[in-house]
Amino acid sequence: MSLLRIRNLSVDFATASGQFRAVDAVDQDVDTGEILAIVGESGSGKSVSMLAMMGLLPWTATVTADEMTFDGHNLLTMSSAERRKIVGNDLAMIFQEPMSSLNPCFTVGWQIKEALRIHLGLGRAERQTRAVELFEQVGIPDPAKRLSAFPHQLSGGMNQRVMIAMAIACKPKLLIADEPTTALDVTIQAQILDLLASLREETGMGLVLITHDMGVVAETAERVSVQYAGQKIEEQAVEPLFKTPYHPYTSALLDALPERATERLLPTIPGVVPGQFDRPAGCLFSPRCKFADATCKSTAPKPCSAELGHARCHYPLNTDQRIAS
Amino acid sequence: MLNYVLSRLLTFIPTFIGVTLISFAFIRVLPGDPIIVMAGERGLTKERYAELEAQFGFDRPIYTQFWEYLTGVMQGDLGNSFVTKRPVWDEFFTLFPATLELSACAMIFAVVLGLPAGVIAAVNRGKFFDRALMSTALIGYSMPIFWWALLLIIVFSGNLQWTPVSGRISLVYYFQDATGFMLIDSLASGQKGAFASAVSHLVLPTIVLGTIPLAVIARQTRSAMLEVLGEDYIRTARAKGLSPGRINGIHALRNALIPVITVIGLSVGTLLAGAILTETIFSWPGIGKWMVDSIFRRDYPVVQGGLLLIAVMVMVVNLTVDMLYGVINPKIRKR
Ligand SMILES: Nc1ncnc2c1ncn2[C@@H]1O[C@H](COP(=O)(O)OP(=O)(O)OP(=O)(O)O)[C@@H](O)[C@H]1O
Ligand code: SF4
Ligand SMILES: [Mg+2]
Repeated sequence: MSLLRIRNLSVDFATASGQFRAVDAVDQDVDTGEILAIVGESGSGKSVSMLAMMGLLPWTATVTADEMTFDGHNLLTMSSAERRKIVGNDLAMIFQEPMSSLNPCFTVGWQIKEALRIHLGLGRAERQTRAVELFEQVGIPDPAKRLSAFPHQLSGGMNQRVMIAMAIACKPKLLIADEPTTALDVTIQAQILDLLASLREETGMGLVLITHDMGVVAETAERVSVQYAGQKIEEQAVEPLFKTPYHPYTSALLDALPERATERLLPTIPGVVPGQFDRPAGCLFSPRCKFADATCKSTAPKPCSAELGHARCHYPLNTDQRIAS
Repeated sequence: MLNYVLSRLLTFIPTFIGVTLISFAFIRVLPGDPIIVMAGERGLTKERYAELEAQFGFDRPIYTQFWEYLTGVMQGDLGNSFVTKRPVWDEFFTLFPATLELSACAMIFAVVLGLPAGVIAAVNRGKFFDRALMSTALIGYSMPIFWWALLLIIVFSGNLQWTPVSGRISLVYYFQDATGFMLIDSLASGQKGAFASAVSHLVLPTIVLGTIPLAVIARQTRSAMLEVLGEDYIRTARAKGLSPGRINGIHALRNALIPVITVIGLSVGTLLAGAILTETIFSWPGIGKWMVDSIFRRDYPVVQGGLLLIAVMVMVVNLTVDMLYGVINPKIRKR
């Protein structure tokens, strides 16, 4: 049984102009020790689906699912007090903006020791030792001294390391990293990704890496779930996905990779992810899909079989049927 | 930090001179003549008037008078009261503990109720408690002090007879005022019931004086909390599995305190202004009542000296508040 199992997860936001479905019937599985990447353009519901799982959405959100279990706990029925015992402990999350994700009023040491005290009940001296240890583990130089720094005294990369140290403080079984490198310099990005991958090796935790960068996916992930406009539109192991994408959107994302660009300009996918008001009938990708026909525009495609990467498409690419037509 | 304090102290100098000038001018632009007021019903002869005029220095040009006042102030001499002949300085510090005691109680009242009320309202935004609290705060904020005081007196002193109407302590108790703070002195006196009497005298003036700061603090705390609760680091705190009490009361409140401390600092000015009215209504023998009485008596040295001391106090409070910012949120210290 998988560590995290989500079936038919939907999230609706109550907005001033009515209900908005940010996540639509998403299934997700993560195994112990596995790296799953969730990719998709901005606004495709990657963050919202994981925040829903963590119970971190604001009250305007309505979360529904057929099943949502983590490590044997039913996340759908548990009380918030029970959830607090798991969240931050066995189930941790780090965010996109390390600078604003740490509290400016407290030292980073205080913030990491707080987690150690709340979940593990460590004493003062043990907390100090463990905090230094964690800072060492995430590659923060001169850890004992850094503990007394405030977030504004550290760089973005250092702060993200602090966030990671804080997230792995209680040895989580699953770590959700929501675009952990987007706000950082390119060189630092690689370092943080390496750190996450090596921590996974050391600790055997599962890792969900949310990103919109296919390059990051290729380097880090084992399995990839592609999301578009709140739906999961394809899922495959990383190698076959890069070799034989089934969904036209996945294929378009791959074409947008720099090393695949045949010309000097990077091909981008024309158009934008549909929002609250311009959700098309039929396939959500149809306004931007170069293969769209009348069926696509009128009927929403159901996910295909697992062999076809659950692709939500009437005419999956790279199939015999496709080649024949 | 030291540089910052020094630079702030330097800006004190022009403000200080300005305040000296304003306090000097204020009482003089009021119609009325202190000598005539002093003479009272009997009136006085032309010769006697000229004599007194010379004695108080009113016959000299106004700028000479100001210069003398300013040099006096620089040497720590605020002059003597026309009426009691005692140094303004001494009178001020005899009466000041009464005002300080009342203001401190009012401020504690406002903060102790206002902070949690604002936090709870923000956390329950849009729900019943929030709406009820914010409407009450608006009423409290716009209520005229004297009307509010009279209402409380009628209900609690008149109808219910729970609290006394005026003064600091019942006349049956008598003891030397060692500190000038009635709560401390009454306890120290060891007389049975003295402390309770002092407290019962404090209750209504405290509520009256504390109402506006209470409303202001509750509203400011609420809006600051609402802003902070949307911040990324609050989401981090929740992702750490912290309890709502810890998130709101520690992670959020600490950040929300900056604007709240600012209004608390600003409220000190409001409080001292309010004290003038409150003390007059409750015959509270503090500097507020002293200032009002002195204005009626056209007691120039008292009014100008008292105003100056009050202004300096407000300036010191504001400076302290500025220092506190850096302590609460170290990011601000960096600037
Ligand atoms: N609190 C909210 N209230 C209303 N709508 C929201 C809220 N949070 C997110 N959304 C909407 O949900 C959709 C999905 O947002 P989400 O943050 O999951 O996107 P994402 O895939 O993580 O994109 P990004 O790469 O920009 O992080 C967006 O259209 C967003 O506007
Ligand atoms: S269903 Fe049609 S429009 Fe949608 S992705 Fe497939 S081919 Fe394109
Ligand atoms: Mg996101």
